[in-house]
Amino acid sequence: MKALSIQQLHKTYKNGFEALNDVNLEVEQGDFFALLGPNGAGKSTTIGIITSLVTKTSGRIQVFDADLDTDRELAKSYIGLVPQEFNFNGFEQVKHILITQAGYYGVPAKEAETHADELLKKLGLWDKRHSSARALSGGMKRRLMIARALVHQPKLLILDEPTAGVDIELRRSMWTFLRDINRQGTTIILTTHYLEEAENLCRNIAIIDKGQIIENTDMKSLLNRLDRETFVLDLKQPLADLSAIADLCCHQIDSTTLEIELCRSESLNSLFNRLSECGIEVASMKNKANRLEELFLTLVESSETQQ
Amino acid sequence: MRVARHQQHWIAFSTIVTREIRRFLRIWAQTLLPPAITMTLYFIIFGNLIGARIGEMGGFSYIEYIAPGIIMMAVINNAYANVASSFFSAKFQNHIEELIVAPVPNYVILAGYVAGGTARGLFVGLIVTLVALFFTQLPVQNLFITFSVVLLSAILFALGGFINAIYARSFDEISIIPTFILTPLTYLGGVFYSISLLPDFWQHVSMLNPVLYMVNAFRYGLLGASDVNLWLAFGIIVLFIAALSWFALHLLDKGTGLRK
Repeated sequence: MKALSIQQLHKTYKNGFEALNDVNLEVEQGDFFALLGPNGAGKSTTIGIITSLVTKTSGRIQVFDADLDTDRELAKSYIGLVPQEFNFNGFEQVKHILITQAGYYGVPAKEAETHADELLKKLGLWDKRHSSARALSGGMKRRLMIARALVHQPKLLILDEPTAGVDIELRRSMWTFLRDINRQGTTIILTTHYLEEAENLCRNIAIIDKGQIIENTDMKSLLNRLDRETFVLDLKQPLADLSAIADLCCHQIDSTTLEIELCRSESLNSLFNRLSECGIEVASMKNKANRLEELFLTLVESSETQQ
Repeated sequence: MRVARHQQHWIAFSTIVTREIRRFLRIWAQTLLPPAITMTLYFIIFGNLIGARIGEMGGFSYIEYIAPGIIMMAVINNAYANVASSFFSAKFQNHIEELIVAPVPNYVILAGYVAGGTARGLFVGLIVTLVALFFTQLPVQNLFITFSVVLLSAILFALGGFINAIYARSFDEISIIPTFILTPLTYLGGVFYSISLLPDFWQHVSMLNPVLYMVNAFRYGLLGASDVNLWLAFGIIVLFIAALSWFALHLLDKGTGLRK
């Protein structure tokens, strides 16, 4: 079953700006799906329309078995949203925010309190349950938004840049939490600017640019398309001359740092053999950029060239 | 779906009302205390100091005559202000999005906010009534009329506050209507005088003011005296409630000021 089905979605704002132009997208139930795109590409507009915050110009959206036009209430009841910006009442207590949100979804008070307590404990907010939301740190506010989106136990969770401005330790603990709830059956749609995050978490991906889906596939096939990777090598000894490895596609950053571009057909073993033959010892190695990041930039650039 | 849809709506409605009541009780120094102080000053200055020199009005001591109007004024202002400020703040801080994304029908959103505003209006009305009892007697002639008029008036002005908040784009815009329309209508609505004191022309002009009907119907409930026909007053209040409810729902359905 499809968790989300978007057909021929168009959105033109009152000022004439065409934010979405014939967007078609399907997300399978149980998927962890990445919706990526540069700023202003149409990600937030798409999410806004799915969650009723933005009115569509035309098109059809189905959330599980509910059509957003004909059974909006049922469709909304399936969705939990973690928006990009903090949008809770900062003056309210943390626990009240969760219980109130559950109430909006028709969850009876006792059940709402049980869910709220569970989420507060899981997301490390239990000690702050009686604090006003504005007193929380940035990371805690992000977790509060996730707890709020989950308090009515949605089948589809939409996360619009959930880890923006969150430190790496917290980001990784949020990844673990999200993987867990996905494993338990919640379908997740994620937008993020941290492509490493999408690569780590998501099984399928769509890339949107200038209001159109320019790529929609599974993460593995997309990454397999990467025909070149750039590695940064830290050398044990300073390298004075590049002539011995002139045939390799390399570039010296400083005396002990080399950047080498490798085709998919070439192996790392052959590269290392070659370097060893030339007496070059490598201390450490890393990817210059995240693999998905390289692909993302290539796809967006080629889409811009075509237009 | 865990519970039937009508039960979900009821839970959503009571959640909004509870949150609204919790809000005005939490900020009581801004919501409940000022009307108590202002109305006490009205009773001291207009009732005791000036009223003693005015003598009787409509067969009652002046302080007794103005007490119903002052209570009604407090109810009207607070019902309006509660919804206008709460709904606009929700828009301003974007937490109205919590409600828009949830499966809450527009009529439940409207009913919840209006019930919250009505609750504050009645709460403040009770406080001002208790203050009034320090200064004068309030012999309730008809409890049903008294309560129904005050309830319907609070609903009507809570609706007005809601519409104001939908259109408002800044905090200034939620004070314009109370300052330039609500306050003049209230002061000229027979709170401090009987319109029988006015020349014929101004009596007729006053009859166009809806607040006059609310104040007089409420005064009738408490004192048994009114400048207007009671059933006409009820008819006008109910008509305004119906019209404003329809208009507020229409704005919500269109997403005016809420959806892009």
